[in-house]
Amino acid sequence: MKYYAYYPGCSAESTGLGYGMSAQAIAAPLDIELAEIEDWTCCGSTPYGSLDEEEAVVVAARNLALAEKTGLDMVTPCSSCYVTLSKANMNLKEHPGLLAQVNEALAVANLKYEGGVRVRHIVDVLVNDVTTDVIASKVRDRLEGLKVAPYYGCQLVRPQYDSEDTEFPGSLDRLVNCLGAEAVDFPLKARCCGGSLTLSEEESTLPLIHKLLKSAAEHGARCIATPCPLCQTNLDAYQGKVNGKFGTRYNLPVFFITQLIGLALGLDDRALGLNTLIVSPAQVLKQMREVKSGA
Amino acid sequence: MEYPPRKIIAMIRAGMREEVLSSNSMWYCLSCYLCTCRCPRGVKPTELAHALESLAVRNGYRVSGTSTPAMYNSFVSSIKRYGRVPEFSMMVRYYLSIVPALLAHPLSTIKMLPVGIKLWRHKRLSLMPVKAKGADELTAILRKFREIRGVS
Repeated sequence: MKYYAYYPGCSAESTGLGYGMSAQAIAAPLDIELAEIEDWTCCGSTPYGSLDEEEAVVVAARNLALAEKTGLDMVTPCSSCYVTLSKANMNLKEHPGLLAQVNEALAVANLKYEGGVRVRHIVDVLVNDVTTDVIASKVRDRLEGLKVAPYYGCQLVRPQYDSEDTEFPGSLDRLVNCLGAEAVDFPLKARCCGGSLTLSEEESTLPLIHKLLKSAAEHGARCIATPCPLCQTNLDAYQGKVNGKFGTRYNLPVFFITQLIGLALGLDDRALGLNTLIVSPAQVLKQMREVKSGA
Repeated sequence: MEYPPRKIIAMIRAGMREEVLSSNSMWYCLSCYLCTCRCPRGVKPTELAHALESLAVRNGYRVSGTSTPAMYNSFVSSIKRYGRVPEFSMMVRYYLSIVPALLAHPLSTIKMLPVGIKLWRHKRLSLMPVKAKGADELTAILRKFREIRGVS
């Protein structure tokens, strides 16, 4: 059993509920424990860093300090938390003056950050610690015939905080394939969905979501898998709007990668939060199971 | 977007502080980091956009033509109040903050509702915000940090 200091991020409690549920659900079968950091607060995400760069570092640092107390690697399923925490971590390591100021502030809560935390994305843990061989060996229900567009989004791969290739990432493809599913070629797999600007600049971001859905469908995908809660919400909740605006009829379920893993591990749909998906995956899963039992 | 990134950088080099900070260009950055990764000269336009946004806010510039600053403000206010971001209450705050714009475009306001309802029906938006246990501690830390930096 490997242990991690788990940082769910705000979305795992609301818009990305299915992500939070499925990440926890697959942990035990994969022999890892995601021990939630007590009293964690928001990482600050892009908005805080945009309104006040310096203060944003403190917002992230409180969580880094809490994680450091555990002595474990800090793991988050959210790509935005991953970049925000990694960036603050790097800034604090590179600027001792800033670290000293931050520690002076943290001291009011008896916290201190030494700069020793390794921030990791859950995809990195699944691929490099658990490994796809071990995941494949635990698959009880191969997702045979399921064609999946592996959608990385931006912040898992850019700016680079671990070894993933920024132009041709492959970790998510390998995860999808080890489940018995097929990761289709998906040229836009690391292009932007519009992120949080879908709330403020919908007219500009709907075309981005449209391009992604179009590329996935044209390459034969019947569904999409992503490790980013914001990407999932944009592609899933706004798919109807894209169809309305562009006269298309996309009906592509957008899974969290942890949900696909859970399905292959034979876990219950409800434990994986599949009911939180807006574009229902029922038909795609039924077809996959029919083809499988017929073969 | 008023000026593309190259123009913004040229304007900075030409010392056009006022025009740069009052423009809405940086507020269109999606933070996708594609430019940062691909720039052969190591320019980091994403970081530049965030720095310009922070500078504009610190110096009290108000921009027109985009609701992104209002959306970011609602997000940060939620963190300061609840410690985490209860997304429904964040969205309500945001939409209330742009009421004049919404009233000017009633049709697009109505068009926004279905997405919110879909999210709520799939248990992805809880209506009641919950204050995180660490919220007060975060407030105290931030108050101290502002004191150290000498800003209010």
